[in-house]
Order: sequence, then structure tokens, then C-alpha cells
Amino acid sequence: MSKPDVVAAILWIGVTLYAVFGGADFGAGMWDLVAGRSDRAERARALIDHSIAPVWEANHVWLIFVLVVLWTAFPPAFSAVMTTLYVPLALAALGIVLRGSGFAFRHALPGPVRAPATRVFGISSLLTPFFMGTVVGAVASGEVPAGGGGDPISSWIGIVPLTTGVLFVAASAYVAAVFLVRDAGAAGDEDLGDYFGRRALAMAVIAGGAAVAGVLALRSDARFVYDGLTGPGLPLVIASGLCGLGALVLLARRVTLAIRPLAVAAVAAVVWGFFVAQHPYMLPESLTIDEAVGVSATQTGVIIVFVVAGIVCLPAFGLLYLLAQRRALE
Amino acid sequence: MLEVSPLIADSASNLLAARYQMAFTLGFHIILACFGVAFPAVMLIAEYRGRKHEDEDALRLARRWSKAVAVLFAVGAVSGTVLSFELGLLWPGMMDRFGDAFGIAFAIEGIFFFLEAIFIAIYIYGWNRLPGWAHFWSGVPIAISGIGGALSVISANAWMNTPAGFTLGPDGRVADADLVDVIFNTSTFHEFVHMWVAAYMVTGFLVASVYAVAMLRGRRDRYHRLGFLIPFTVAAIAAPIQIVVGDFVARDVYEDQPAKFAAMECVYESGPDQAEHLGGICTDGEVKGDISIPGANSLLAGFSTETEVTGLNSIPADEQPPTPTTIHLAFDAMVAIGFALLGLALWFAIVWRRKRNLPRTPWFLRAAAAAGVAAVVALECGWMVTEIGRQPWIVVGFMRTEEAVTPAEGIWWVFAFTLAIYVALGLITAVVLRGMARRWREADEAEPELAAPYSPPPPPPKPETAP
Repeated sequence: MSKPDVVAAILWIGVTLYAVFGGADFGAGMWDLVAGRSDRAERARALIDHSIAPVWEANHVWLIFVLVVLWTAFPPAFSAVMTTLYVPLALAALGIVLRGSGFAFRHALPGPVRAPATRVFGISSLLTPFFMGTVVGAVASGEVPAGGGGDPISSWIGIVPLTTGVLFVAASAYVAAVFLVRDAGAAGDEDLGDYFGRRALAMAVIAGGAAVAGVLALRSDARFVYDGLTGPGLPLVIASGLCGLGALVLLARRVTLAIRPLAVAAVAAVVWGFFVAQHPYMLPESLTIDEAVGVSATQTGVIIVFVVAGIVCLPAFGLLYLLAQRRALE
Repeated sequence: MLEVSPLIADSASNLLAARYQMAFTLGFHIILACFGVAFPAVMLIAEYRGRKHEDEDALRLARRWSKAVAVLFAVGAVSGTVLSFELGLLWPGMMDRFGDAFGIAFAIEGIFFFLEAIFIAIYIYGWNRLPGWAHFWSGVPIAISGIGGALSVISANAWMNTPAGFTLGPDGRVADADLVDVIFNTSTFHEFVHMWVAAYMVTGFLVASVYAVAMLRGRRDRYHRLGFLIPFTVAAIAAPIQIVVGDFVARDVYEDQPAKFAAMECVYESGPDQAEHLGGICTDGEVKGDISIPGANSLLAGFSTETEVTGLNSIPADEQPPTPTTIHLAFDAMVAIGFALLGLALWFAIVWRRKRNLPRTPWFLRAAAAAGVAAVVALECGWMVTEIGRQPWIVVGFMRTEEAVTPAEGIWWVFAFTLAIYVALGLITAVVLRGMARRWREADEAEPELAAPYSPPPPPPKPETAP
């Protein structure tokens, strides 16, 4: 692996972690949105709060990490994406503002305005991953020219970007439901465990369907990535499918033990399948990793920062999750 | 210039819209950033006092402040994320050419932000379950990483003022970089210290102002006095330090950023024996309506009236800061407020030394109540001096702001929309914080003996609050 490839892999690690953990937080917001009004819905909302309140800001940092590594290590790719896909990116940024503030405010606000804040939180939890998905889909289908300034509308209003948007939403909802099954189990609420289990099953089917539709759309619109996914990336795609199926079986049998790692692996494998599929490109067929990468000293700097972040932040992050799991935080 | 139609997306209009958008969102975030840097420290001082002296009032303050910290941190996290997007959405030209030079500072900031997010969560959600001193120590990393994060972000901003640590290739791109020189460029240290101390002043005076208002309304129990004293003491210690720091910063700007210094002091003709202009309008090559102190500018810049100061006329017309009056008045306002706050701090210190008590006159509390807003105004003014004073450059000497701006259309609309969202966000944040305060007050009034076990007997209830 060359040094630029290592830096690209670091970027992808950030993407993976954000897809899994950030995705789970967005998905939880979606479940909050569609929970409706009932006694059980309120219990579901309480569980969602309890699960994401301590961790969502830390999980959100992965997005900052991805943006920063992209502009520091691959400046031309960053500006090309930003000058082409500014519409969905600005909408995603708006969604981030509304999601975060909606969540933070909804408990602190007096009664009458609490419901709108909750709805803002839910709707933006749905829209943000959708627009992020369209950005990724547009990049995958080669809509971003190397010098930037691609079409601001048609670049992301296409079959591949829109399908990817739906896939992001479904995958987020799926991972969230799986996490919540486990959290319901830890809280000793079997009824809620079943509730989220059924939703996880439904979302797994939808996410699987969106993934298949996405691959078919890639076949006609993004041949390079399609060939990559069905060539060198195929083992990872198969691994993702197997993990997803495995989690489905466990969900159907109400075994909660290993569903969380399996669901995480299903998402992670697909993210890395894309990495392999679009290699050596940063922006498929317009800009390679080697062309986009910044100066050597900065690549080294990013690697050092990543290692330091791993040494410093991972134990801290582990402590937070441990305390949250042991219900030491409330 | 504001009458430019939003529909005409010519590049000059686009540039102005992008600058307003960046200025407004950054001006919003910088207040929250101050809270992120300094509020955890104020909260920890209260918790330390509470645990060390078994002071229930202090513990209650720490616990309540941590809830305010949580809300402010959440809003700051999202408004900070918007800035990350905006660096690319508004200024792709700069990120494209210089991202691999100055971007690394943001990568380091990411580590601190991560630590801050983790330990804020542990601290806030750990009040009931973590044992006493363990809970206190879980908050210490928040205060430390706030400082580290500020240093990183300020380093990136300082680099735009005094870019260093890179060589350009023939294609105009960065060919090589020395990251240590990038991060520790000439302006990093002074900009950071100035901002760091400012964060303590803004947070201290603003939090104290809330309790000053409460005390003016008659809630003068020990809890409110402590709620005033802890943040006010922090700010009162920071205020004199800031005057000294500011003096050093001004001389560094004089040395390293002559164009900015000329606009700050409204100097047109280069030469020695420059007057210090207080206030006034900088126009047509002269200052009008100011109060002039002969020789003082030269004296402050180089300890001698013989000190040469570069004037705007010596700088090529297209490289001069375009609005010297704004920069000059913002600078003067910042300095004036800084000295007023110093005066307030001294008043407090002298009376406290003599009587171990606050000044008796209500005018002290009134001044303290105004000090919070004043500190924010000074913060915004100082930031305007830095940013507007750098114009027309985005990277001084290397890239003009108009070269960096996005070609995308419709930024005026985005700005109008952002303005609406942020105003709403700011209002809701204020409503949320006020709502918290009201609920706490109601809780205290419901169980006064539980609320204030060590306080002197409470004053007779006022008629409107009596049950």
C-alpha cells in the first residue's frame, strides 16, 4: 500500500465509523419520527433518548473527521465535490443543524413547543442521511469532474444518487433498530425488543432491496464502480450480504447476542466494498487518489494525527460506551 | 452595497454574500466557542468548591451549569459543523490550493473536539452514578481539550493572517510543507492567548450577569451570590491580563500585519510621531471627528514617538483593507470595553479586599449585568478587526478573497435563509436557558430549606412570588 492509499484508507475508516455510529443516531431519530402516539411509542422514545443522548455528539465528530481529512489530504477532491454537489451538501448541513438542536432542545423546552422540536429532530434525522447518500452516489457515478463545477442539479438527481440516498436512510434505520433491540434487552423491556426487532427485519429487507437496486443502477450509470463491486470488491459485497442475512436469521429467532456485530459488519463490508471498487480513484474516472493527494509532509501529518487520535480517543470512547452500557450514565 | 439584487450573481455580489454568510455564522459560533472553552472550567471551580468544602450551593450551581453547558455545546457542535461545510461550500478556491497546508490544524482540533464530546457526556450524565471526586475529574479533560481545540482553530486562522511553513510549486499549488511552521506561525501564539483569555471574560461576565440581574430583582441569597461570584471572579482575573495581552498583540500586528494595523489606527501617511485617533471616520485620506492624542500611536507601537508606522497610502490601493472605518471603530470599541471591564473588575477587587463583600450600590450590579453583553460586543469587535482587517486577502500575500469564493449562484438566498434559521436558533437557545432557570427557581421556592441549607434565613417572600 502506498502512502496516499494509507491516507485514503484512514479517510475510509472515518466514513465507516460515521456510517455505522452516525447512521445509528440518524436511524434512531427516524424511529422517533414514525413512533406515533401511544404508551409504547413514548417508551420507545425514552429508550431512543437513553441510547443516543450520551453518544451522539461523539459520533458526530466522525463527520468532522471525514471533512477535515478530505480537505487536508485530498484538497482538489474536496473542492471538486463542494463546487459540484453544493445543493445536497448545504441541505445536509441544514439537516445537521436541525437534528442536533432539535434533539438538544426537545427536553429542555416547555411543553407546548416540545412536540415541534421532536418533529424537527425526526424529519431532519431522515433527510440528512438521504442527502449524504445522494452525495456519495453522485461521486460513485462519476458526476464530479476533477476540476469541480459539475452540474449542480443533474449531478445528484439521478437514479444512482437517489437510490443511494434511500439506501443510506434504510441502512441507518436498520442499524438503529438493531442497536435498540439490544438496548431494550439491556433495559429488560422485552416488548420493546420485539417492537424494534420487527422494524429491524422490515428495514433489512428494504435496505437489501435498495442495495440490489443500487447495484443494478450502477451497472448502467457507473460502470467502473459496478465492475469493481462485481470484481475485486465482490468478496466484500458477499460478506456484507451474508452478515445481513445472518443478522436477519438471528432477529427472526430472537437471538440478540451477535446481531449488533453482524449488522455493523454488513454496513462496514459494503463501505469497504466501495473503497476497493473505486480504487485507484478518489472521484471515479475523473481523479485518482495519487492525483488528488496533497503534499507528502501533510500525508505524514494526517497519519500521525490518526494514530494519536486512536491512542487518545479510542480508550476514552470505549470508556463512554462502557459507562453507557453499564447504565452509569443517565 | 446591500441593494445589489439577490438575483444577480455576478462575482462581486457573490463575494459579498459569501463574506456576510461566513461572518454571520462564525460570529454566532464564536460566542458558543467561548462557552465551550471556558464554561467547563467555571463549572469545575464550582464543583471543586462544592466537594472540598461540602458546599451544597456550589454543587447545585455546578450541576445546573453543566446542563447549560450541554445545551450550549450541542448548539456549538452543529454551528461548528456548518463552518466546516462552509470552508468548502463558500471558499473552495482556498481549500483547493491550501487545504494540505493549513488543514492539519483542523485535524488536530478534531482530536480535542472528540475528547470534549466524550467527557462532556460522561460528566453530564454521570452526576448521579459516578462517585464524587471521580465525577469532578471526568470534567477536567473537557476544560483541557477546550483549550487545545481553541489553539488548533486559532492556529488555522493565524495562518491566514501570517501564512508560513510551505513552498509553492510552479502550478501555484503547495509543493512542500513544514507542518510545525504552519501550526506555529508568527500569529498563532498571540491570537490564541488573546482568544483564550477572551473566552474566560465572555463566559465569566455573561454567566455572572445572569445572577447580577437576579440579585437586582431581590434574590440575594447565598446561592445567587455564589453564582455571581464564581464566574465574575474568573472574568475579573482575566480582564487585567487581557489588557496586557492586548497590548502585546497590537505590537505583533504592527510588526507582522502593517496593513491591518494602519486600518485599526486609521493611519494614512507613513512616518514617525503618529497620533492615536480615538473614534472618528477614516475617509479621503484623513480622520474626521476623532479625539487625537499626538504621538501616542507611535509610542504604543514602539515605545518611542520616533517609531515609524506604515500608512494606508503606502499600501497599493488594491491591497488596502476596503473599510478602514469599520476596522478602526471596531478596534476602538473593543479597547474601550476592555478598559471599562477592567474598571469594573478593579472596583470589585478593591471593595472585596476591604469589606469581603460586593459593592453595596445597585450600580455595581447594574454594571455587572451590562458587562456580559459588553464582553460579547468586544469579542465580536475584535474578531471583526482580525477578519475584515485581513481583507482583501484570504491568505495574506498569496490569495485574494475573490479568488477563493465559490462560483455557485444564489448565496444571497442561502444567507437570508441562514439568517432566519440562526436567529430562531439563538432565540430558542435563550428560551431554553431561561426556561431551565425558571424551573430551578420554582424548585428552590418549593423546597427552600433543601435548596439552601447553609444560607442565612431567607428574606420574607415577595408578594408576587408568595404561594
